[in-house]
Amino acid sequence: MAAPIITESTPPPARGYWRSNQMKLAPWLFLAPGIVFFAVYVIFPIFQSFHISLYRWDGLGEARYIGMQNYERLFDDPAFYTSLWNNVRWLLLYLLAIPGGLFIALFLNQQVRGIRLYKSLFFFPFVISQVVVGLVFAWFYNPSIGLLNPILGLFGAGPVNILGNPNTVTYGIIAAGLWPQVAYCMILYLTGLNAVDPEQVEAARLDGAKGWRMLWYVILPQLRPATFIAVVVTVIGALRSFDMVSVMTSGGPFGSSRVLAYYMFEVSLSEYGFRMGYGAAIAVILFLIMLVYIAFFLWRMWREERGV
Amino acid sequence: MFPTPVERRSTAIQAGYKALLPFALILWLLPLLMVALFSIKPDADFTQGNLWGLPSTFAGFENYTRVFTDSAMPRYLLNSIFITVPTVIGAVALSCMTGFALGVYRFRGNIWIFFMFVAGNFVPFQILMVPVRDLTVNMGLYDTRMGLVLFHIAFQTGFCTLFMRNFIRALPRELIEAARVEGVSEIRIFWYVVLPLMRPAIAALSVLIFTFIWNDYFWAVVLTQGVESQPVTAGITAFNSQFRAAYHMMSAGSIIAALPPVMMFFLMQKHFIAGLTLGAVK
Repeated sequence: MAAPIITESTPPPARGYWRSNQMKLAPWLFLAPGIVFFAVYVIFPIFQSFHISLYRWDGLGEARYIGMQNYERLFDDPAFYTSLWNNVRWLLLYLLAIPGGLFIALFLNQQVRGIRLYKSLFFFPFVISQVVVGLVFAWFYNPSIGLLNPILGLFGAGPVNILGNPNTVTYGIIAAGLWPQVAYCMILYLTGLNAVDPEQVEAARLDGAKGWRMLWYVILPQLRPATFIAVVVTVIGALRSFDMVSVMTSGGPFGSSRVLAYYMFEVSLSEYGFRMGYGAAIAVILFLIMLVYIAFFLWRMWREERGV
Repeated sequence: MFPTPVERRSTAIQAGYKALLPFALILWLLPLLMVALFSIKPDADFTQGNLWGLPSTFAGFENYTRVFTDSAMPRYLLNSIFITVPTVIGAVALSCMTGFALGVYRFRGNIWIFFMFVAGNFVPFQILMVPVRDLTVNMGLYDTRMGLVLFHIAFQTGFCTLFMRNFIRALPRELIEAARVEGVSEIRIFWYVVLPLMRPAIAALSVLIFTFIWNDYFWAVVLTQGVESQPVTAGITAFNSQFRAAYHMMSAGSIIAALPPVMMFFLMQKHFIAGLTLGAVK
């Protein structure tokens, strides 16, 4: 093995400097490549987007400064409000993944034969790309070939065309999005349940606690770290919803299933021409919404770090 | 354990639970099972209205072969591999270093740099879209796999740094201190002391990042366009318009596109779940 040995050939002054200062220099040396990449591709573009949102720009020609006009237009744009309202629905309904995941985790937290395989099979929708999940559900809902209507028919309901109806389309996409997200929350809770203190459970059992009371007063408090992560990833996931909308409906019918993430993309890079400035303004709004959660997350982390 | 283990319940409940499990699983995977069934049906079944019954003839072999011979799917899969693997290597390498720096050293600004990585990792993609696309075009990397790889490495470094830094913080500090007392240089401490201990974290992160990047769709459509560079998530759209309304083919194509991360998960399950649930337990 070729070890990077500092030999006599290293000039003594440099060696001396490095020796005496390496505790100060080393962290920056290790950080430099990561920080450069991250700054160029993530941090700097955030500020650029704020800047671009003040211009009218087609992505190619001259950008023209128009101040806050993009934002003023945004507030008169019905498509913007549709997208915003759909984002609210995504956010609220997506949170159902948390109780859903907990429910399945409780159902599967047993030790019968083959349970490990069941857990893996319940989890694996999360590993499938959202594009494929979107396609699978689009076909599942499809009135001519999908299995949904025959199933509804068994209960005397339907037929429905979920993705073709502006009133139901967003719920249909959210249901598809919930599928992998529930799986994710389930795995978080299964891990959490695994670490629940058995002595506390037995002690509570001796005191006569069971069922709901046990879950609420003994188990859930111990699952708090899992719940926290579940909330964070679910909120972020809800606001990032793009793939499903794009694959399942392209925002339709009549733009009724757009979300901010999708509308931004549509405005900036669609066949109707590139409106980068307007798109950037939508992105800024989405970013500001997300910032609330980022700030909350960082605040919690900071509190924990100080506690250590 | 909670809920009460079924072994402690009556035999009727035990039997009921064991019967319920496969039923619940089928219900849970129903949409996917439907697509899996479609993918092994011959074309004739769709025209004759035999949608959910058994396939009239087993056409699975034929359908899946056609995915590879009659479409650009092999090319898309190859692109996905050439995008995903370098990204995994790059992001893990960068974050081993950043994680080490932030986990081991105490210096002014440490926490703020750490927070920068964490916050950046949560940012909505759209706020980056216009500038990153512009940057990629200006570097002459638009519609190349390299353009995607560079961005993915940079963005994933945020999450990976969070992961690595927390992992390194949990390592025993005495090892590092002991090496310092021995006069081992910081670079060699990183290489010979810390890196070998990070193997489980590297394994977990690699599997996770592989899945994230393989499944990326947004950046694939923003930064690439054609068959030459598009990964399979974006390519599936073109595939589907080639086989419009041929549901047996579209189903087979989707399953092929989804398969690599699924295989990765089943092969590396332990690492995958360890990575995903980091922090779910105190």
